[in-house]
Amino acid sequence: MTCQKFAKCLNRRLISEKAKINILRMMYLIREFEIASRKMFKEHQARGEFLGALHNCDGQEAIAASMGAIFRKDDYVFTTFRGHGHSLAKGAEPKKMMAELLGRAAGYSKGRGGSMHMFDPSIGLMGGNGVVGGGLTLAVGAALSAQYRNTDQVCICFFGDGAAATGAFHEALNMAGLWRLPVIYICENNLWAATTPINFGCPIKDISDRAAGYNIPGKSIDGNDVYIVYETLNEAVIKARKGEGATLIECKTYRHHPHCMVMPEHRPKDEKQAWLAKDPISCFENMLLQENILCREEQQKLRKDVRDLVAEAVDYAEKCPLPDVNTLYDYVWA
Amino acid sequence: MLKSVLCLMLILYMTMSGRKGAKRYMREITYTVALREAITEEMENDKNVFLIGEDIADFGGVFGVTKGLLDKFGRNRVRQTPISEGAIIGAAVGSAMTGIRPIAEIMYVDFITFGIDQMVNQAAKLGYMSAGAVKVPLVVRAQQGCGTCEAAQHSQQLEAWFMHTPGLKVAMPSDAYDAKGLLKIAIRDDNPVVFLEHRLLYATKQNVPDETWTVPFGKAAIKRKGKEITVVATSFCVHKALAAAEKLSGKIDVEVIDPRTLVPLDIDTITESVKKTGRLLVVHESVTQCGVGAEIVRQVMEKCFRSLKSVPKVLGGASIPMPFSRVLEEKAIPQELDIIETVEKMIKE
Repeated sequence: MTCQKFAKCLNRRLISEKAKINILRMMYLIREFEIASRKMFKEHQARGEFLGALHNCDGQEAIAASMGAIFRKDDYVFTTFRGHGHSLAKGAEPKKMMAELLGRAAGYSKGRGGSMHMFDPSIGLMGGNGVVGGGLTLAVGAALSAQYRNTDQVCICFFGDGAAATGAFHEALNMAGLWRLPVIYICENNLWAATTPINFGCPIKDISDRAAGYNIPGKSIDGNDVYIVYETLNEAVIKARKGEGATLIECKTYRHHPHCMVMPEHRPKDEKQAWLAKDPISCFENMLLQENILCREEQQKLRKDVRDLVAEAVDYAEKCPLPDVNTLYDYVWA
Repeated sequence: MLKSVLCLMLILYMTMSGRKGAKRYMREITYTVALREAITEEMENDKNVFLIGEDIADFGGVFGVTKGLLDKFGRNRVRQTPISEGAIIGAAVGSAMTGIRPIAEIMYVDFITFGIDQMVNQAAKLGYMSAGAVKVPLVVRAQQGCGTCEAAQHSQQLEAWFMHTPGLKVAMPSDAYDAKGLLKIAIRDDNPVVFLEHRLLYATKQNVPDETWTVPFGKAAIKRKGKEITVVATSFCVHKALAAAEKLSGKIDVEVIDPRTLVPLDIDTITESVKKTGRLLVVHESVTQCGVGAEIVRQVMEKCFRSLKSVPKVLGGASIPMPFSRVLEEKAIPQELDIIETVEKMIKE
């Protein structure tokens, strides 16, 4: 599907021009963050330093950035081990994130979490999760809390196609459906669970078909198209805020890089090439240029500003001290 | 079954009322009522406290702990769930992360295995992994124990698993007074607490004060004072140890200590006692291998090895899946007679 074709089928006026620019900026920020984090990891690894596994989300930016444009600060987001994009889109600071990637004292988790575990409840960022599907049932709880306290907060739980095969998926969606909880389950189906292709792990074509089993709406959409993601998510958020319950959205997408930094590429070249041609950033960029919302000059400046911001974050992180080892036992107990 | 429980209640009542120095109060309540009182009072005090679990609302819980709470607090606060232990604990963890205070009930601790990711990977670690940004003020209540012939998937005692997981507090009350006092503190704690009840204790009665009370975590109770041997016992074994001590009285002066909470563990009270008696026996129903007793013995050896007059011992459950038949089940866990014989042998050493 070409960029122009999928842009036509939607109401572009749903999003203000300013919001569109913000979404593009966020997509740039996520991409630049991922590029810089890989570079940083490689440099440290070359020096023999272990920095764990780094799960990048290049190629999946449309989903996170759309969420960021729709979600309120007090809404909850549970992300995964591939969560840099969601965290940035929820308002996390690149500096503190980058410092956490390097295990520094100034990082989000003061060097106790790393890439997969960054939390900031003050902005509704309820953390990444190292366990595939680990956030699925926790999101039930955050949504239950909103319902319990009678607020109109909404919770989004991101998970991958791999997590859709776990038992937690069934328990969580069953409960969310049963209690009409304000939770939106977004499956980022990037077609590969680590090295296992989707057809080895899932007997149906669309994971959203499972929503019927929980009496909630389910939709499978092109996760690389900002307009489609925005419209679908916006509708689900409005419903959830009104107390009309949960939604399951499957976003078909693709990660541009292997499962994590320490794993080699294993996917078919032609498949990858086809998805690179559908890169969500260049598609959205082209759309905004065509809509005359953006000119080349502005676009280049936007990207450069973001790149500078990320470079600053890397610089900051590299200069941050490591945690004081005498604080080892801090934070085991509240 | 009913007959055996009644018989047991009688024995326990006699045991307790015979305790030296025990205060006499006017009001007698069961362990079940004590737990219910703790929950009720904390729910009245804090609107953020709520219950979640299987069969807890209309039926009042399979063991009756939450009976009547639906009428008092309504369905929003007494949230009955489908059979989904992972989602029960997960929902409790997720809601606790947002600042409310769930009490999750797991019908049998054996079924906590379905929610072990939520317990061990999530609840226990979120505070640390977030450098304190996230708090998990959660109580997971479960009952466990042997003595009712329910075989291997309904008779495990898993406190050592949780004690082995940094980030979880573990409480094991052995009587009504401690059950209420500890549960109130567990609910107010900002950390995840695994609260393990013993199903033979539910019907046991105890005289308690009219005014409410709390029992702090990390403070062991000396349930009987003695000079010649320290017996550390947990949960239902406290009563077996007290009964054994009573039988031995006149011959051997036994001190019985109930740690009440395993995390935090009041090792100081135990070591003080061992320094005085020179002998240590730990008694619990859960499996001996890599168990709570092994840990207590390790800590005592490290702290006061030279005070020991005999080899410290652990009387725990056999390393087998719990069998069904009554005679086999009785053989698999320490009994009063085993405690008496072991104490006598240790004194002779």
